[in-house]
Amino acid sequence: MDRGEHNSRRLHDFLRTVLPVVAVLTLFTLSSAQKKSSCIDCHSRLEDPRLSAPAKLFENDVHRGRGLSCNDCHGGDPNAPTSEAAKDPRKGYLGKPRALDIPAYCGKCHSDANLMKRFNPSLRVDQESEYYTSVHGKLLKAGEQKVATCISCHTVHGIRAVSDPLSSVYPLNVADTCAKCHGKSDYMQAFKIPSDQVVKFKTSVHAKALYEKQDLSAPTCNDCHGNHGAAPPGIASVANVCGQCHARQADLFQTSPHKAAFDQQGLAECVTCHSNHDIATPTDQMIGTQQGALCVNCHQSGDKGFAAAGHMRSRIDQLIASIDKSNEILSVAARKGMEVSKPKFELKGAKDALTHARVLIHSSSTAEVDKVVEPGLAVATKGYQAGLDALSELSFRRKGLAVSLVFIVFLALLVYLKVRQIESRQPIAK
Amino acid sequence: MKNMRVTTKDWLDERLSISALNDLVRKKEVPLHRYSIWYYFGGMTLFLFVVQVVTGILLLLYYRPSSENAFESVQFIVTEVQFGWLIRSIHSWSANLMIATLFIHLFSVFFLRAYYRPREMTWVSGVVLLFIVICFGFSGYLLPWNQLAFFATKVGTEIAGVVPVIGRPVLRFLRGGDEVTGATLTRFFGFHVAVLPATATVFLAIHVLLVQLHGMSVPPSLEKQNVRKMKFVPNFLLRDLIGWILAIGVLAALAAIFPWELGEKADPFAPAPAGIKPEWYFLFMFQTLKFLPAKILGMDGEVLGIMAFNLVALLLFIVPFVDREPGNRKRRLIFNVIGVVALLYIVVMTIVGYVT
Repeated sequence: MDRGEHNSRRLHDFLRTVLPVVAVLTLFTLSSAQKKSSCIDCHSRLEDPRLSAPAKLFENDVHRGRGLSCNDCHGGDPNAPTSEAAKDPRKGYLGKPRALDIPAYCGKCHSDANLMKRFNPSLRVDQESEYYTSVHGKLLKAGEQKVATCISCHTVHGIRAVSDPLSSVYPLNVADTCAKCHGKSDYMQAFKIPSDQVVKFKTSVHAKALYEKQDLSAPTCNDCHGNHGAAPPGIASVANVCGQCHARQADLFQTSPHKAAFDQQGLAECVTCHSNHDIATPTDQMIGTQQGALCVNCHQSGDKGFAAAGHMRSRIDQLIASIDKSNEILSVAARKGMEVSKPKFELKGAKDALTHARVLIHSSSTAEVDKVVEPGLAVATKGYQAGLDALSELSFRRKGLAVSLVFIVFLALLVYLKVRQIESRQPIAK
Repeated sequence: MKNMRVTTKDWLDERLSISALNDLVRKKEVPLHRYSIWYYFGGMTLFLFVVQVVTGILLLLYYRPSSENAFESVQFIVTEVQFGWLIRSIHSWSANLMIATLFIHLFSVFFLRAYYRPREMTWVSGVVLLFIVICFGFSGYLLPWNQLAFFATKVGTEIAGVVPVIGRPVLRFLRGGDEVTGATLTRFFGFHVAVLPATATVFLAIHVLLVQLHGMSVPPSLEKQNVRKMKFVPNFLLRDLIGWILAIGVLAALAAIFPWELGEKADPFAPAPAGIKPEWYFLFMFQTLKFLPAKILGMDGEVLGIMAFNLVALLLFIVPFVDREPGNRKRRLIFNVIGVVALLYIVVMTIVGYVT
């Protein structure tokens, strides 16, 4: 190897070692420079909490995580040496927006599809226009400043992603966020709307699923009312709202005789029987002709609906009784050690039929309900027979055991006598 | 006719030396003393092993060793096959009784010092059989492919996996991969019906042959007394037979009154059943591992516990080579104390395992 080649290799090795270090240091310096903001420096040191809080809250803001800073919303120059220079209107300083301007303020970026693609291509960009279709947006446009704007729900400066459990709009926090305004009776008085919706919601079957089972797919306020376009669903559209999840029930209702009757009387479809915010877990007691059943609120003895309600309830009760009877006998057999897991599994078919029948009630058709109750009853009866067979088999085994034990003990006794006989003839030697 | 019988007997004798075997059996005697009752447990274990072989072969007629079919085939055996429930229950109960009688046999031989010269190899072959039987239990437990079996095997093989150096390869060998799957079931089936029976047959033959060769041992404390003896055939064998007949009765009663549960089909995605415990004969070890602190002298407590059990297993083999002087009273006392402590430890930890 000649000297030139040797030097060249040394230079190559030196560069290979030094260049990555230089690159890392440069990037670090650049990123530090980017993060540096005179707004945060000054505001975090201010004594007035109204002025210092935004700087502190911004530390956990989703926008900061994406590299944005104060001036991206408020304008101005964060690198300026003085407060006055930083807040120079000639440098685009906007300051604190008025409530009326907030949707447009956020919409500057959030309505810009090209810009949003750089940060989150899957995020919708119609929030602002949707907001103006909401009751909140319409009132704001009309000059009412006490209505919710973007920051009322998403907070400000400490805004977190919807998927962040600490976000005010995370599914588990939505109801409390809405209750900040809608739970205050004095605040709502001006709008002449009740303020008990959230309290009622928290007693509902939906809230149980959401808070107790932590099922994030369970509905909260925005799932029925919409979020940016929040509005109360009207009588005509409430079935569509519920039907988003309860599609089968909604479809059945559309084909039922109730549809025309409800429309005629101006009754809200699902809400009339199930209520709205405090929707309770549906029970079989809701249907039928007995006291407390919902059907008797409209139907009277002698009319067709009254008879249909009674019939459907009796069929469901019959299926429940049959399933319980089968379950009980199979459980007794299982407790006694019999293998009945197969008939127990098959009994699920009857339970499925029961669930199906409960859904079919929304058709108000006794024929439809009978169509699924009958096969359900057949499955339950088969399960009961399997239980009977298992108990009969158990009885056979016990009797067989008793007979066998007699033979076994007798045989052992015979052998014992044989031993005695042998040893009486030939005693064991000492 | 009589002449013909004589001729057949002579024909067979000439070829198979039946009369020599007959003489040997007639000469065999069993010492009769206050500890003679313990001699019956070896024969009882052997009888239960035969029950296992017979019922196992019958189960093989219907059992299908795959994760898709195993559970269903056992379900078919206990619900559809004539007396299938009886065969399956007897197989399970007899397995447990066999392990119980095996432990009794082991401790009785230990305390009666039946391993003294020249019976060292009888003891060693017996210890090998003990481990083979435990392997039979562990592999057979998975075969119904139910929830309990699945998770017990998962935990059991995980324990084997924590042994330093060889743990991981052993775990992969046992499971046929990283997880308990159908591959594990297939190889456990292979162990249970081919590898273990073949090995057990060899060691059982050696064990029984050595017992015949050296005869029944008389405890050293009774050697100086004039111990009475009874003929093995027919006196002792007929007494054995009474025990075996009664054992059949016990097995039939257990099978009819407490049929062995099948449980639910294994679901690898389901959470482990709450309070899952291994079979009773592993419980004292399992409980010990639960009691051990996470770290002992900077080492992983569980690993240390498993290593300790492996060491005890190895020490079991060398018992006759360490305690070999019948006259050494001090050593006899030490071994008695070790035996009592071990027995108490197993009993107490098993009870604690069930209660907690």
